[in-house]
Amino acid sequence: MTMYATRTRNARPEPFTVHVGLAERLGLANLDWPLMVSALGLTAFSLLTLGQATQNDVPGSPHYFLERQTIYAVLGIVAMLAVMRIDYSRFRELRVGIYTFLCTSIALVFVFGFAARGSRRAFELPFFSFQPSELGKLLLVLALAGFVIDGARRGSQVQRTVRYLCLGLAPAALVFLQPDLGTSLVFGVATLAVMYFGGVPWTHFAVIGGVLTALVALVLVVAPATGVPLLKGYQEERLTSFLDPGEHASGAGYQQNQSVVAIGAGELTGRGDKATQTRLDFVPERHTDFIFAVIGERYGFGGAALVLSLYALLFWRALRITTLSKNSYGTLVAGGIAVSLLFQTFVNVGMNLGIMPITGIPLPLLSYGGSSVVATFLAVGVLQSINVQAHLSQKGRFAW
Amino acid sequence: MYLRSDQPPQGSRLSLRVAVLGGAALILFGILFFRLWNLQVLAGDEYLAEAKNNRTREVKIIAPRGEILDRNGEVLVDSRTSLALQLNTTKLPEDPAEESAQLERLGELIGMPLRKVRRTIEKEEEVAAGAPVTLKQDVRFELIAYLEENQAEFPGVTVQRVFVRRYPNETLAAHLLGHVGEIDEEELKEPDYKHLEPGDEIGRAGVEAGYDRFLRGEPGITRIQVNALGEPTPGGQLVSTAPTPGENLKLTIDAEVQAAGEAALAAKGFGAFVSMNIETGEILGLGSYPTVDPTVFTEPMTQQQVNALYQDPVTAPLFNRATEGAYPTGSIFKIIPALAALENGVITPEETIYDPGSITIGGQEFRNAGGQPYGAVALARALQVSSDVYFYTLGARMWDSGELQDWASKLGIARWTGLDLPEEAKGLLPTQQWRDQLYKEGGTDRPWSIGDNVQLATGQGDLQTSPLQMAVAYAALGNGGEIVTPHVALEVEDTAGRVLKEFEFGVRRKVPIDPTHRAEILEGLHLAAQVEDGTGVPVFGDFPIPIAGKTGTAERVGYGDQSWFAALSPYPNPRIVTIATVEQGGFGAESAAPVVLSILEEIYEKQVSEATTAVEAE
Repeated sequence: MTMYATRTRNARPEPFTVHVGLAERLGLANLDWPLMVSALGLTAFSLLTLGQATQNDVPGSPHYFLERQTIYAVLGIVAMLAVMRIDYSRFRELRVGIYTFLCTSIALVFVFGFAARGSRRAFELPFFSFQPSELGKLLLVLALAGFVIDGARRGSQVQRTVRYLCLGLAPAALVFLQPDLGTSLVFGVATLAVMYFGGVPWTHFAVIGGVLTALVALVLVVAPATGVPLLKGYQEERLTSFLDPGEHASGAGYQQNQSVVAIGAGELTGRGDKATQTRLDFVPERHTDFIFAVIGERYGFGGAALVLSLYALLFWRALRITTLSKNSYGTLVAGGIAVSLLFQTFVNVGMNLGIMPITGIPLPLLSYGGSSVVATFLAVGVLQSINVQAHLSQKGRFAW
Repeated sequence: MYLRSDQPPQGSRLSLRVAVLGGAALILFGILFFRLWNLQVLAGDEYLAEAKNNRTREVKIIAPRGEILDRNGEVLVDSRTSLALQLNTTKLPEDPAEESAQLERLGELIGMPLRKVRRTIEKEEEVAAGAPVTLKQDVRFELIAYLEENQAEFPGVTVQRVFVRRYPNETLAAHLLGHVGEIDEEELKEPDYKHLEPGDEIGRAGVEAGYDRFLRGEPGITRIQVNALGEPTPGGQLVSTAPTPGENLKLTIDAEVQAAGEAALAAKGFGAFVSMNIETGEILGLGSYPTVDPTVFTEPMTQQQVNALYQDPVTAPLFNRATEGAYPTGSIFKIIPALAALENGVITPEETIYDPGSITIGGQEFRNAGGQPYGAVALARALQVSSDVYFYTLGARMWDSGELQDWASKLGIARWTGLDLPEEAKGLLPTQQWRDQLYKEGGTDRPWSIGDNVQLATGQGDLQTSPLQMAVAYAALGNGGEIVTPHVALEVEDTAGRVLKEFEFGVRRKVPIDPTHRAEILEGLHLAAQVEDGTGVPVFGDFPIPIAGKTGTAERVGYGDQSWFAALSPYPNPRIVTIATVEQGGFGAESAAPVVLSILEEIYEKQVSEATTAVEAE
């Protein structure tokens, strides 16, 4: 039997292990500390940036976004600490309930949700607005991984692949109808990631890839040409304008152009409080979708590269956990989380840098927003839980 | 299949998938890092410049144009400030209904129907697209206050302090001064105007155009930090450069001489006058009638006004007849055949020619005015009574030698004078070569003949010259052969009156004239103007200042006779040449001579009043 290369490395003392007695009492034993460092580091960066860059955004309350993001972060960390003590394997048993809750909550938004900028995607709660689709990114991974494990022996390979796709694309379609193109893409990618770690053959991915390419061509090229617009006008413009931002310098490409200028202007060391691009409203949505532009302009290449490095660290640790998991469910969940975090990071940062279309995907942990922050911390909590369980399950085998 | 839920996932297939994903992630992060490095480190300075440019808006502060003064410092043109209501059309609502509503509300405030508002906008856009449209000048303060309080209702509406040209003496020297106007798209491309922007004003004619580079100031700039909506941010005034006002231009013109000439001319009809220092070329007065008050150019014009200014070929009020008018000159031209004949030995001052009142040359009879016989006349007498037969004879003697044309050309006839105004006509000097060429091309029915030169010797026929060219020729006679450069600019002063630049207009060329010949001709002119039966005596007989002057009556096809008078004063050592012409004014003494008299009375005001007192005392 072939062992994972990483598995043998576990025999060595963990460099980040804290004192076992105290750590166990606090529930901090067996954690992946680099993962923790990256998550907390990104949160710190988010608070720093919001604190400095949004002081004039809400008249009369200079710390409006900072205060709220701090509360969200604290809530998220508490949620993370709670989740990592639970054995994530319990979620597999709850897969049907989770999946039902996921689809229902998203569907309910159509009924009870409030509309913002022509899109209905969140519930208005007394304290903050709750966006089910953000939490849904994690829920979909937890449920779908369960279904994949559960159905591993049922039906032919093709039937299974189609089943997984349907299960994943149903909530994605709901989200797409809100309309929230960005989040529905994340759902789609998370679905594919779980299937990928679930062992769906490469040939199936090739077919899926072919179908996707044809779909994109249909939606962006064929449908508009035949006069049947499948995307809303602004959606299509956003998706294509990054290809030639100059052409749309004052329209859809405007935001991106301003974002690129802001980041470029940050140069090596950043402009600090002289960051006029992001301070004087040239870059829109600077506390949410375009927060990376603020970091780029304020803190320069140094700051932006540090943030990217933290994401790379986050992804690396998440990927590493897929290989440590005590069971396949853990591998699939960790893989789904890792890929959806990678996808969101790449699409958002790429959008800020002008090389990806504008899709409205927040930057995990950095963008302002309660649902996103709490959901991401929950995902990190699940990753930690997988790590903890992996270590606990090895305790009998490896005495360390 | 490696899936077994309760056991750790195993097998090389998982590690392969992890490795593939890890590799993909590496590439994706690589792309982000590479792009980040590219933007921030390699091209950062460009983006920084763009960002800095992004956050500032430049607000232009208009510079006042320099004043134009006469030689004694009297203001001919200055500027007054005016509050202009301007509209930036790019900020109007996009919705046509909303746009109309706003324009209508705005129109109501300034008392302009919507149609007129639209027309004004269209017209200004034609001249300078993109520049703010001036809807109304001299807006009342109450209206400005109202607009400021209700700014949100009137996007794009601003009140700009502008400078408007003011002409305290109304029509005085209008042709000479010219006017200003908004620069148009074609002019913006010219190198002289390369720093100008749509909406800027430039000189459009006369001194305003010729000395635009001195008169035009440099606008100042206030840089304001703005946000993405273009709204000024608090404390965001970054840099201010004060505007540099234009420099003042002092002219050689004497406003009183100018006024006297214009008044006298206006009483006689369409025409022109020029009065110039014969040593320096400084023009003391230069006018043309009909004229116009340049104030009309500072206000929106009705179509009727535009037509009257530009479309009427008879009155042509913007046409400067003194410099652009090209006419035959009649007998005032006679000094040129006189000089040509004397200098070439064709005749001596003493030689007499018998004048029976008419002469037949080449089978054609040429008559004196009214067929009047003068008997045997020598040069001075011929000038005094304006014997045409004498000059017909000179013309005939020089008909194919080119000597007459040579001298006419040397004295500046049908040549650019070098005047420092943009408006000037070159004219036409008929020569044998010119007519023969024209005949060859079928432009006329006959080649050069002796009759053409006979006509030219008396300033008739095909000759076309301007009052200014004649002034230069007379100046050369008066100063002994120097061809001066006529000009109106004296010096440039700063706003405090310190001289910044004195203009030097040198002598263009020298034409040696024998002093005895000069004296002989001047004497003839003096006799003509003031002695016994001289042609100018009815006008100048009692004028206390001795002058040398010549009447002229030019025959123009399709018009009545054109009256001319040219005077060099004082005689015998003249300093000033004064020439006037009146279209369809009849004999020289009838209308042009009185205009010259009025000008000379003004120039020699002091001497004239002293002489008058002396006469009365006797």
